[in-house]
Formats: sequence, C-alpha cells, structure tokens
Amino acid sequence: MSDTIITDVVIVGAGPAGLFAVFELGLLDIRAHLIDILPRAGGQCSELYPEKPIYDIPGFPIVTGQGLVDNLVKQIEPFHPTFHFGEMVEAVESIGEPNHPAFRVRTDAGKTFECKCVIVAAGGGSFQPKKPPIAGIDAFEGKSVFYAVRRMEDFRDKNVLIVGGGDSALDWTLNLHPVARRITLVHRRDEFRGAPHSVNAMRELVAAGKMDLVIGQVSGIAGENGELATATIKANDGKAHEIACERLMPFFGLTMKLGPIAGWGLNLHENLVPVDTEKFETSTPGIFAIGDINAYPGKLKLILSGFHEGALAAQKVHRYVYPDKKLTFQYTTSSTNLQKKLGVN
Amino acid sequence: MAKITFVDSEGRARTVDAETGSTVMETAIRNSIPEILAECGGACACATCHVYVDEKWVEKTGKASAMEEDMLDFAFEVKPNSRLCCQIKVSDALDGLVVATPGKQG
Repeated sequence: MSDTIITDVVIVGAGPAGLFAVFELGLLDIRAHLIDILPRAGGQCSELYPEKPIYDIPGFPIVTGQGLVDNLVKQIEPFHPTFHFGEMVEAVESIGEPNHPAFRVRTDAGKTFECKCVIVAAGGGSFQPKKPPIAGIDAFEGKSVFYAVRRMEDFRDKNVLIVGGGDSALDWTLNLHPVARRITLVHRRDEFRGAPHSVNAMRELVAAGKMDLVIGQVSGIAGENGELATATIKANDGKAHEIACERLMPFFGLTMKLGPIAGWGLNLHENLVPVDTEKFETSTPGIFAIGDINAYPGKLKLILSGFHEGALAAQKVHRYVYPDKKLTFQYTTSSTNLQKKLGVN
Repeated sequence: MAKITFVDSEGRARTVDAETGSTVMETAIRNSIPEILAECGGACACATCHVYVDEKWVEKTGKASAMEEDMLDFAFEVKPNSRLCCQIKVSDALDGLVVATPGKQG
C-alpha cells in the first residue's frame, strides 16, 4: 500500500472529456490526477477507433480518434496532470461535508487518493474483457479460466487452450509456450489479425509439432470445482470434438461495463449518472459527471458536449477548492495570467 | 425505403421501416431493437451489432469485407451467415430483409 496521494481533483477516465477537463481545471489553478483502466490515454477514441476520422470536432474538419487524443494530451501538458493507467477506481468514499466536500478514492492497484472533488468521465464505463457465452463458465473464472495472465506460474505444466486470432491470443500463445505443457490455439478461421511476425512464429511452432492449432469455436467446457478438464470445440463443418485442457484463455476483445461506479452512492438512471446542466454535478455534492456517462434532458453523446460540460464543472470545482477566492472570467486570447499558466507568455 | 425484420434469440420477430442509405444497425437502434448493442456507433470496431442474415438474403447482402471479418473474430458463435449489421447498407433491393440476432453480443 502506497502513501495517500493528495490532490485537488481525481478524474475517473482519461478519454477526451477527462483530458480536456484537466485543461479547464488547470486554467483555474486546480491540479488533477487521471485514472484509467486502459494502458493509455484516449478512452473509446484510442480503443475503438484510433484510425477512424471524426468530422464533428469544432475547428477540425477531419481528425482521427488518435489524432484528437494526441492533441488533447499535448494541450494539457502545461498543467502536468498525473496519469494512473491500468487501474480501476474501486471505491469513492465521502470524507467531507456537503459545503466542504472531500473524498477518498481507492484503485484496484491499492493506490489511495484524497481530493476535494471527483470528476467521473468514464464514458460507457470501464473496458473489460468480453466473456464468451459458454454455459457454466462463471464457475471456472479466476481458477482455470482467465482473461489475462497475472501469474505465469498459474500455467506451468498445464494444457492451455487459448481462443482468439489477435495479438493478445498470439502473444500469450508464444509467451506461455515455454511454460505450459501444451498449448492449443483455437480460432474460428485460419486467418489471424495479429502482427505478422507473431503469426509466423506461431505457425512455425505448429509445423514443428510443438503446439496445436485448431480451427473452430469453443461450444462447451467441463470440469469440477472450478478446475477445467475438457473443452468442446465445434469445427466449422459442425462436427464437435473434445480437447483435454486445464486452463482456458478466451480473447474476444473488450466491452464496456459500468463496473464499480454503481457502488459509489450516486443516483443512476439506466447505467448513466444524472447531473444538472449548470454545474454537471451528481446527486453527491463534489462529484461531477461529464461526457458519455452523464444524463440530462437533451443530452447528446458527442465529444464536444463532454468538453463543454468539463468547462462548466470546473467553475463549480473552483468554488470547492478555493472557497475564499473570487473567480474572474478570463479569455486565453487576452489574459496574460492565463497565458503564463499555458507557458506561452 | 425497405422493410427489415429482426428475429431475436427467443424467436420473436419485429418488422420495421428502414431508410435507404442508412445501415441495418442504425435502423435497429432507431427502433430500439433488442440484442443489438452497437457500442462503437457504427465504426466497425466492436462486433456488438452481430446478426445472422437469413439464408435467402445472404447473396443480396453480400460478403463481409476483410476488416469486418477481422472484427467478427470478436463476436460469439460466428456462422457463415454472420455479419456486422453496421456494415449492411439499406437499399430497395433489401426490402423484406430478415436477420436474426444472437443471444449475446458483448
């Protein structure tokens, strides 16, 4: 357990809305830490459509998802935000009063933050591995069915079934190969999306008889007390056969789930967080929600809405962080004070 | 304008009007068709608008592109008639199209 990190604001989610909130807070001298379950900034933009063009960002006739994220990261550099990637915020606990809010925020990596305000910019929720619809799979998860490798030793001398055709499936096929007793890679077609050198390395192992490649889909699993014994593979011609295996790793990409947010005591409506449209504050004073995760009459799930919401939320955050300071509205074009903060004057 | 019928995994059919030029996914979302999530909003980036095209229509809707085939790797219980319906454009030729939705998208 690390020491508690003290900051003004914790932003949950480092997608476009969360990133731009750093800018608006920074102009008001408010420091922020960003926490995201993904290994990099950008949220859905980077995860779902990094190369796809976006046409409705004001001032950018065309920009890719990754291009927008890269620009936002550059734009907030003057405010030195601290990123905590690969971590999920598990708990947000109120330790203040309605007029002087304060929160203790804990992540699943064991970090603790204390802050005056929390901005939830979690988009569609946290990205989590897709679980295949195999009957009874729940009983094996965490014991013999894994969606990520936390400890290589869990796979030592085991017959491991890896399912998927992308980089995750191929990388773990290659990495676990020296450790496992035998690896079987199962994919629905004999074509792989992964990096060509990984595909070649896998094919060489198969040609040398050092692992198996099976074309088909897993239709069932069996075992006892959470320990897997066999998996049924349905080939594309409809024929099924069983493979003995003690470990299964399905790699079907990521999906968005609301996750622990549901347990933070906020009012929720259909997995969204209702806010007012003046401050974008939730039912808990000091906790704000911006971007795709919030709901209010007329809400449009556009990136530009998230930017606007962050700017307005920052005004109210300022009152909580600096209760005695009067906020004077200024423009970045003319204010030498703001330009100094941006490092351009 | 075309009529499209969505049959859910329980066998319940819903027939809706689809605008020419829109996609089958957009038609589903506009009409609150269950079992179509479309998390990525039509970018062919998530495989949560997976459908099975009725055998009689497979020829007319055509084959999945290489990119769509890649994304279908993320779908469950993929069959030869599997498509991501954000990649099927509505035209008059698809009037009467029938697609089935799987029980689980994501």
